[in-house]
Amino acid sequence: MIRFENVTKVYDQKARPALDSINLEIDRGEFAFLVGASGSGKSTFLRLVLKEDRASSGAVYVAGQNVANISSWRVPRLRRGIGVVFQDFRLLPQKTVFANVAFAMQVIGKSRSVIRDTVPEVLKTVGLEGKENRLPHELSGGEQQRVAIARAVVNRPGILLADEPTGNLDPTTSMGIMGVLDKINQNGTTVVMATHDDDIVNEMRKRVVELKNGVVIRDEAKALYTSMIPVVGQSRRLRDASGRDEQPQVIPPRAGSRAEARAEFRTAGEGQA
Amino acid sequence: MRLAFVLGEIGSGLRRNLSMVISVILVTFVSLTFVGAAGMLQLQINQMKGYWYDKVQVAIFLCSDGSTAPGCATGPATPEQEDNLRTLLKSPAVAQYVNDFQYESKDDAYKHFKEQFSNSPIVDSVTPDQLPASFRINMKDPEKYEIISETFSSQAGVETVIDQRQLLERLFSAMNAASLVAVSIAGVMIICAILLIATTIRLSAFSRRRETGIMRLVGASKMVIQLPFILEGVIAAVIGAALASGTLWAVARFFLEGVLSKQYPDTAFISPGQTLILVPALIGLGVVLAGISSLLTLRRYLRV
Repeated sequence: MIRFENVTKVYDQKARPALDSINLEIDRGEFAFLVGASGSGKSTFLRLVLKEDRASSGAVYVAGQNVANISSWRVPRLRRGIGVVFQDFRLLPQKTVFANVAFAMQVIGKSRSVIRDTVPEVLKTVGLEGKENRLPHELSGGEQQRVAIARAVVNRPGILLADEPTGNLDPTTSMGIMGVLDKINQNGTTVVMATHDDDIVNEMRKRVVELKNGVVIRDEAKALYTSMIPVVGQSRRLRDASGRDEQPQVIPPRAGSRAEARAEFRTAGEGQA
Repeated sequence: MRLAFVLGEIGSGLRRNLSMVISVILVTFVSLTFVGAAGMLQLQINQMKGYWYDKVQVAIFLCSDGSTAPGCATGPATPEQEDNLRTLLKSPAVAQYVNDFQYESKDDAYKHFKEQFSNSPIVDSVTPDQLPASFRINMKDPEKYEIISETFSSQAGVETVIDQRQLLERLFSAMNAASLVAVSIAGVMIICAILLIATTIRLSAFSRRRETGIMRLVGASKMVIQLPFILEGVIAAVIGAALASGTLWAVARFFLEGVLSKQYPDTAFISPGQTLILVPALIGLGVVLAGISSLLTLRRYLRV
């Protein structure tokens, strides 16, 4: 469903590449976690799938199609096949739950009757029946994220990309969200989720792809957040890791190598702050 | 559905950005009023030129009823006198200065008069008999007017020889200068309008970046995302153009027709109806202004 062939993405010629010769394949109907520290290339990976950016070299295939060959006026069609969920929900504050989900159908020209039929069904899938007429600020964080998921899947995309969807939520609520994502995955949608949340990854036991400095350092099925096999000599090479589009999250250090990586990252990030 | 959606977006955009939209309307209104004023001056010049202005330079008016000139002692010009003048015009001494000439009978004169003064009440009180017949001469060199004047003003049956161009030229050059000034002011105002429309669309795109961001993600087409912004600018510009057209019509109706044409009944003024031919041009110009500036702005500020 998603295939990266030797993909390199360079934002700045002088810095190290955000993604460095990535080879990766995610099959139809798979559920994959993308883990790694901030600046490891997770968001760049998702942006390349959406054709928000062009790969500097290599080829990105989505649903069998090389995205580099999709002309700009057909990019909307590519994006209709991909649902996206973010850490900050991105709901429209003045629209109700129903209108927020319906918006995704309106803008691609779905008819009123189709919208009336589909939206309640999707809201039921994410567990929000009876809350159609609430405004986003009247919902809890977990409920808002459910609305965002409903909006992402209402047009039945083949792929769902989630960029730290539980980043703003407490552990219990997060597990509820994971239940929703799992349900969507079982309906046949490929799910790729970038996350920092080790509890969730450990709980779900799905495929884990770990990125570090733009390189895949681990790709395991039914894996945990941290590798069982210690990687020697990796952590000291983090000197120039620059946090680009993700805020550093303060998470109490657990595994030794992660704590070190994080401390180093903060030192590197101070110049930019 | 999609149309209703786009219309709804336009409505909410106009409401949210009301003060900017009003300023766009006013700026396009003022700039297009100046454009229209220049257009009206040109229409007025054409009106005053009448039938002969662009074709001939010199007119030899023949005697008619009530002429008091010395050459008219014998009353209205007779056919013989007219023949004499025609012969004289064809004689080598005169013909070397003349490209060609035309004879305008009283009936022709009446017809042209009615066309030129169609908007003036004077047309009802004039009959063909009151208007002089004339020879209209197209000169090889308009500067040689004096020769024609000397040769013909003393002839029997000639009331007067007039260099019509000279009479009107000074007035027209003043009016052309005025329309040049109007066009220059309009140019500055149009630049103003383009920049203001660009700023308005930029603000509008910024205040709706959440919506457009989501539209992009769920795969809305470029047209659905951009059209509301373009149409917002176009609607504001068209309202401005409509106001400008209304103003020009009001000037023609209440100032030219209501005041000036009563004070100067012997001058041909344009009618309010004639200003309406400027309306499509002004509205078209407004649409083009808004379209161009919004396309340029959206390319920079609304990535799709």
